[in-house]
Amino acid sequence: MHLAYPVVLSALLFCTGVYGVLARRNAILVLMSVELMLNAVNLNLVAFDAWLSRAAQAAFPHDGLHSGQALTLFTIAIAAAEIGIGLAIVLAVYRNRGTADVDRLRDTAEDRGGSDGTDATARAGVPAPGSGEKAEASA
Amino acid sequence: MSHGFLSPTGVEITFVLVGLVTLGAAVVSVTTRQLVHAALWLVVALGGLAVEYLLLTAEFIAWVQVLIYVGSVVVLLLFGLMLTRAPIGRSPDADSGNRGVALGVAVAAAVALVWVVVDAFRTTWIDLDGASAGTTEVTGASLFQHWVLPFEALSVLLLAALVGAIVLSRKRNADSGEGGER
Amino acid sequence: MTDALDVTLRLLAVLAAFLVLPLVVGQTEHKVMAHMQGRLGPMYAGGFHGWAQLVADGVKFVQKEDVVPAGADRRVFQLAPAVALLPYLLVLLVIPLGPGDAVGQAIDAGVFFALAVMGVGVLGSLMAGWASANKYSLLGGLRTAAQLLSYELPMLLAAASVAMAAGTVSLTGIAGAFQWWWLPWQLVGAVVFFVAGLAELQRPPFDMPVADSEIIFGAYTEYTGLRFAFFLLAEYAGIVVLCGLTTVLFLGGWHGPFGGDDLGWFWTLLKTAVLAFVVIWLRVTYPRLREDQLQKLSWTFLVPLALAQIALTGVVKVVIP
Repeated sequence: MHLAYPVVLSALLFCTGVYGVLARRNAILVLMSVELMLNAVNLNLVAFDAWLSRAAQAAFPHDGLHSGQALTLFTIAIAAAEIGIGLAIVLAVYRNRGTADVDRLRDTAEDRGGSDGTDATARAGVPAPGSGEKAEASA
Repeated sequence: MSHGFLSPTGVEITFVLVGLVTLGAAVVSVTTRQLVHAALWLVVALGGLAVEYLLLTAEFIAWVQVLIYVGSVVVLLLFGLMLTRAPIGRSPDADSGNRGVALGVAVAAAVALVWVVVDAFRTTWIDLDGASAGTTEVTGASLFQHWVLPFEALSVLLLAALVGAIVLSRKRNADSGEGGER
Repeated sequence: MTDALDVTLRLLAVLAAFLVLPLVVGQTEHKVMAHMQGRLGPMYAGGFHGWAQLVADGVKFVQKEDVVPAGADRRVFQLAPAVALLPYLLVLLVIPLGPGDAVGQAIDAGVFFALAVMGVGVLGSLMAGWASANKYSLLGGLRTAAQLLSYELPMLLAAASVAMAAGTVSLTGIAGAFQWWWLPWQLVGAVVFFVAGLAELQRPPFDMPVADSEIIFGAYTEYTGLRFAFFLLAEYAGIVVLCGLTTVLFLGGWHGPFGGDDLGWFWTLLKTAVLAFVVIWLRVTYPRLREDQLQKLSWTFLVPLALAQIALTGVVKVVIP
């Protein structure tokens, strides 16, 4: 198989992930796009491992390093850990602010105009947490 | 071994077809306004990648991909979406205002990457014949002979992630500050 | 015979088994539950002791109206039963019936493939729970997903233990390498695997997410007709798959006291049937576990037991070459 096929697919998937990270507003959709990027990288690693391990076999018959596959496995595990923590953070933010919208999390933004209050939630127009029925869908 | 660019083998054709499905599913996943549909299209994309791994004879990684990504990561994403009350149907705040810029950046990156990559690997072929280098046995042998230390470090990382996720998602007790919580 | 014909015949055989065996288990459940509860069970359908009850049920389900709730997400709602059902068909493909190549498709990464594909079935319940636009469905779907995720881990660990003992992940390899003294050696792993598998199937006593006195029917509340039947078929197919996997992994698969290689299929089916009987027996014996008891059982009891089993397996493998 020509090496171009997997690496081109990987590059295109990566750029799709880049679009997703930049264009999406919901924090969980951003995490999904990051997953796409990581998967694109994994495909690249596996393709190069498939190429190099066989090419290397011809030159060095007992080279069993298989770095591409090992790194892919590590990337998968790290991505799983990252999404666990990422979702815990998103849920904590949702509990505190009532929204998972990254554009509304502006606590550390520089003040524009200066006359806005320091209450980020009031500036964003979201009702203060705890008021009304912000029921959690906790199972 | 005869291989030309215009006489693709069966594996290449399958790879391209599955790749089109994967890429299509990924594009729909990042553009749809329905949140849960985005997660489900991501499942299709990840499943397509698992098939690609099988075509590249990396079996073990394909099944790890299905087990971890499709079986656990997507379930976690769906949990997250449901606990943050994703609506059925289109959600108005799925896309932010800088979609145009994002599209420009992504297209520019795609053009640059594909150009560089195709130029660099114009005459490189993967040899898929012979013994599979991706069976459980081969991968296990290589992992536990050459990659033991990173493997152990990974387990410590996973432990840290586990503890962190549990601490982060505990509900605050009454005596550690209300913060507007019930 | 040619390769393509061979593969097709195997697939057809597995499909036939997939459609027939769950119905046999279902009918057995009706009758066994009835007799254990001092009654008779179905007696009329088909004339002789109601053997055609499930066939009649199937016809009933097929002719029901296909209702999709107004506020539901149509496509996801309609797809969910297929996503819950297909993984079990795929796993049935790799369970070996006898020595040699009496298996649908011998896959190298056998156990790993089986458990990975079974993990995909969680998505079906989650899709059903969310797409139904119903509070109880959503709650049930979330509970189902939490339960299935938690119990995947002990299953994987117990299966890893026996794979370590056999030195291979392939199911045909494990069944072939079985020795009689593995029974006591892997007994803890077998119990953990079976209990975790029961919880994966949401069978009593682990059926809190689908218990009708608790949450109507959990994620499957809004389903009627053929789609509902598919969810039920998924449960019984899951019983067949779980008993088949436990047989192959922990009970020696096609090994038996006599009959050598020819009667291998009989021993496999016999052991699977005995395990299915135990599954039915457990349903009428134990009360349901609460959600928190369920989670506690998995994380604080089954996972440490499975890890201990792996440690024991490792020690014995190293000490006794």
